[in-house]
Amino acid sequence: MIRSLRRVAPQLMTLVVLAALVSWFFPSFLQIDMSDGRLVGPVIDILKRGAPVAILAVGMTLVVATGGIDLSVGTVMAITGAVAASALVSGWGVPVALILAVGAGMIAGLWNGCLVAVLGIQPIVATLILMTAGRGIAQLITEGRILTYSDTGFGFLGSGSILGIPVPALLWVLTGVLVALLMRRTALGLLVEAVGVNKRASALAGVNARGLIIVVYMASGLCAALAGIIATADIRGADANNAGLWLELDAILAVVIGGNSLLGGRFSIAASVLGAMIIQTIDTGILLAGFPSEYNLVIKAVLVLAILMIQSPHLASEWALIRMQIARRRAAREQEV
Amino acid sequence: MNPRTFPLLATIAIFLVAYAICSAQYPTIFSSRVAGNLLTDNAYLGITAVGMTLVILSGGIDLSVGSVIAFSGVFIAVMLRDTGLHPLVIFALLLVVTTLFGAAMGGLIDILAMPPFIVTLAGMFLARGVAYMLTIDSVPINHDFYSFLQKSYYLMPGKGRLTFIGVLMLLTVLAGMIVAHRTRFGASVFALGGGTATARLMGVKVRRTTVQIYAFSGFMSGLAGIVFSIYTGSGYPLAAVGTELTAIAAVVIGGTLLAGGAGYMFGTLIGVLTMGLIQTYIVFDGTLSSWWTKIVIGVLLLSFILLQKGLVHLSTRQRGARI
Repeated sequence: MIRSLRRVAPQLMTLVVLAALVSWFFPSFLQIDMSDGRLVGPVIDILKRGAPVAILAVGMTLVVATGGIDLSVGTVMAITGAVAASALVSGWGVPVALILAVGAGMIAGLWNGCLVAVLGIQPIVATLILMTAGRGIAQLITEGRILTYSDTGFGFLGSGSILGIPVPALLWVLTGVLVALLMRRTALGLLVEAVGVNKRASALAGVNARGLIIVVYMASGLCAALAGIIATADIRGADANNAGLWLELDAILAVVIGGNSLLGGRFSIAASVLGAMIIQTIDTGILLAGFPSEYNLVIKAVLVLAILMIQSPHLASEWALIRMQIARRRAAREQEV
Repeated sequence: MNPRTFPLLATIAIFLVAYAICSAQYPTIFSSRVAGNLLTDNAYLGITAVGMTLVILSGGIDLSVGSVIAFSGVFIAVMLRDTGLHPLVIFALLLVVTTLFGAAMGGLIDILAMPPFIVTLAGMFLARGVAYMLTIDSVPINHDFYSFLQKSYYLMPGKGRLTFIGVLMLLTVLAGMIVAHRTRFGASVFALGGGTATARLMGVKVRRTTVQIYAFSGFMSGLAGIVFSIYTGSGYPLAAVGTELTAIAAVVIGGTLLAGGAGYMFGTLIGVLTMGLIQTYIVFDGTLSSWWTKIVIGVLLLSFILLQKGLVHLSTRQRGARI
């Protein structure tokens, strides 16, 4: 417990610093009120709006841990949203719509996984194919229009609330906890890390690396489907052009801010999800603080660069070298004395 | 025959066959007018792709190019509006800025030992963010020099217009071919793509080459931004979103190996023209919707990658047999 807290300490500290910073500009940032039986306030808003990226980040963490990357998640969101909306429009009901959407996400993941694991295509290109073609497929499903539906049951997933907490916020917390438990209470997490560190060595050690990679991309597709369902439920319609646009980059960023190496290996889902919240806090915070929204990207870029510098393996090793030299010099001086 | 040239030859063959099929269906496609438009409409993409090819040959990736194009357009438009400088001076200033921007990214990639993907992603946010900070509106460009550039073209036989930006694109590809295949720097780029460790053992100055590669890409994105601003006659911070992915796709279709170390600059030109041809065909057809472009490009991308995979597999097996 303490070890996992130590792992996410930098992310928590970043969140606290950001919250303090935003509160300075916008004093009632941390205020939470009760209104019509639901909690309202900037923090609740962040928890709700950050849901798609947080859920994408859960799946992306696993993919990144195997040394891969999934560029297609934003597009898969658009596809699953289009599938769900068209099922609802056809009057098939909410359960069928959900099953079809989740199925579409898993098929998308299976496709990516097979390209990467079976055909051995580089993950960036393999998922770029679906990223390009997928938006065309989503537009094919919606026939280029924005498909709107009027099903309050489905809309509940995007804008409803349970015990005052927005459903999307509950969904991402639930997804994160479930996947983290699945990874850490079984050997699965260790095997994923083994594949990420050295695919051949792990395969020689008896890990089914190929199967594991396919499963990981399917999990990412599943997460993308969930995010797509939330996005579609939120706006009560499927917009094939804009749903999930560029969210894959935010998800990757969340994973990197979470301190996970893009080269694969050890991962922390909690840290990635916190990374997603950091991104959302920056986005919301900039607006609340009264900055024009055009500063958003520059601030984001500067922050990312700062985090990269802190995490850089090169700088860390050079830093360690300098510290070692200082220690050695001090030891030598003490010997002289 | 060198199996390494197979992807390039396949690309050229597929382009010619596709052009022949399109012309058979719509004979007017085989005219200098369509050919001229193909060059003009894809000029900025072609120039971006030249820079991207070099980056990919070195085993890297540059996600910032689309944002740099948008930044360039906005920079030019705002400078023309607010200062009395001549466009050529502004062009020079812009190219210095984008080249330095690329060099900074290359430096960070090497010094921090971070994956190019994430460093150039930050660069992508930064460039578009700065474009937003300059203006959030679309700024029109009204300058005599711009009208002159837009109107300067060579009338080919068949009334096709070979525009200034089309020619500039072809010249850039030519320059890119020379840089990649005929210079010491190009050889270093190929060596880096083959593997950083081996390149270092061969005596390649890794840091300097990395900085130069991304500086080259930054210069090309700046040039593409100039061409884009001539093409659209305005600067808009939301322009050219997603161009980086189109450029990467063009490079891959052009037969360059995404793992780095193998490919031809000329193939990229064919890749860009192939993508332009698909779009032209969809316009001529009139009944196909625009989303088919995306699906067809995805399918093309996949088939080229599979083709390359097969060829690499074959050539390694041949080599293995010889040993």
